[in-house]
Amino acid sequence: MLNITMKINGKAVSGTVEGRTLLVEFLRNDLHLTGTHVGCDTSQCGACTIHVNGIAVKSCSMFAVEADGASIDTIEGQENTDGSLNKIQQAFQDHHGLQCGFCTPGMVMAAADLLQNTPTPTEAEIRNHLDGNICRCTGYHNIVKAIMAASGQDVSAIAAE
Amino acid sequence: MYNFDFVKPLNVADALVALASEEAQALGGGQTLIPTMKQRLASPEKLVSLSGISEMQGVDISGNIVTIGGATTHANVALAGAFEGLTGLAGGIGDPAVRNRGTIGGSLANNDPAACYPAAALATGATIVTNDREIDADDYFQGMFTTALEDVEIITAVRMPIPQVSNYQKFEQPASRFALVGVFVAKYADGVRVAVTGASENGVFRWSEAEGVLSTNFSADAILGMSVDSSEMISDLHGTKEYRANLVRVLTGRAVSSAS
Repeated sequence: MLNITMKINGKAVSGTVEGRTLLVEFLRNDLHLTGTHVGCDTSQCGACTIHVNGIAVKSCSMFAVEADGASIDTIEGQENTDGSLNKIQQAFQDHHGLQCGFCTPGMVMAAADLLQNTPTPTEAEIRNHLDGNICRCTGYHNIVKAIMAASGQDVSAIAAE
Repeated sequence: MYNFDFVKPLNVADALVALASEEAQALGGGQTLIPTMKQRLASPEKLVSLSGISEMQGVDISGNIVTIGGATTHANVALAGAFEGLTGLAGGIGDPAVRNRGTIGGSLANNDPAACYPAAALATGATIVTNDREIDADDYFQGMFTTALEDVEIITAVRMPIPQVSNYQKFEQPASRFALVGVFVAKYADGVRVAVTGASENGVFRWSEAEGVLSTNFSADAILGMSVDSSEMISDLHGTKEYRANLVRVLTGRAVSSAS
């Protein structure tokens, strides 16, 4: 067993894992941070997307021990300090960017990853960045619209679907 | 997934010592190895992570040569912007999260017949630098999932001569995001090199007939009437041999037209 320590959503945590323990298993099973979802477990769907040292990673395709010493952000840490939804989460609610909601944690984390490097993305840039995030409700149109809105761009001309 | 011992050495020398034991396996970004282990298609007894080795990180551009550390992620290669073909290729592998973990050394060591990086390495006549020696790309790729690497040998860096113009065209298999067929065209003062991935049962290869034609006339029209031998092409539910052979010709033309 291996001892690991990391910072998750600003809080120091430690645990004991096997080599094969995936980062998403450590988050969900050991720390009970179940906001990060496992959709496919084959690195296709992106529901498990989190940030490791500020960049988006699929937590089903990284060993927990590889995150030893890292700074991790998950969906649980995305809300504003007063507990309200952050601007991306709020935009998903405002623009119906979720249907069943299963893919949403990964979508929000992928969107946050995009917006920190590309503050005002084009629709094509958003769609390209969501290449590895699958919504099985096929609700992409409003997800893209929500991310456009979260970036402060006018989406009034984009039809609701 | 079967369990394993895990070590994360901080330098190449320690990594080699760790790899010397029976059933030890190097771990790059794990974007292929981890899914493979989940399916129990691989079950190493020890994983040696290369992600802690700082000397294997980063992209250096000096003169006409770009040198990429073996543990450099696809995202960081794309960000470095060394030359058009390489930047486009690295920025189109998998998806953004995969590009943040996957590494050039891992891709080249695995030599998946549909991976993108082998095409860049072969088309640029890259030098694969290991802990022990330097291997010319023409000698390095030895067939599907087969390379010149020894059991205990690590790709520490890849050196590519920067082409005058280059481009990578990938016809993406949308479920896997691997190349159904990918063609890398690189033009140098002394000629053109064309490398094809995704198409052949023997892994990445150079389309030498096209290289000859393009070296005298670098235009898409020049190869329009050419054909590619389909006899050793991959045939699967995504496309027949003939379909892939045709894609090689079409994508080569597009790469020539788009080269910059």
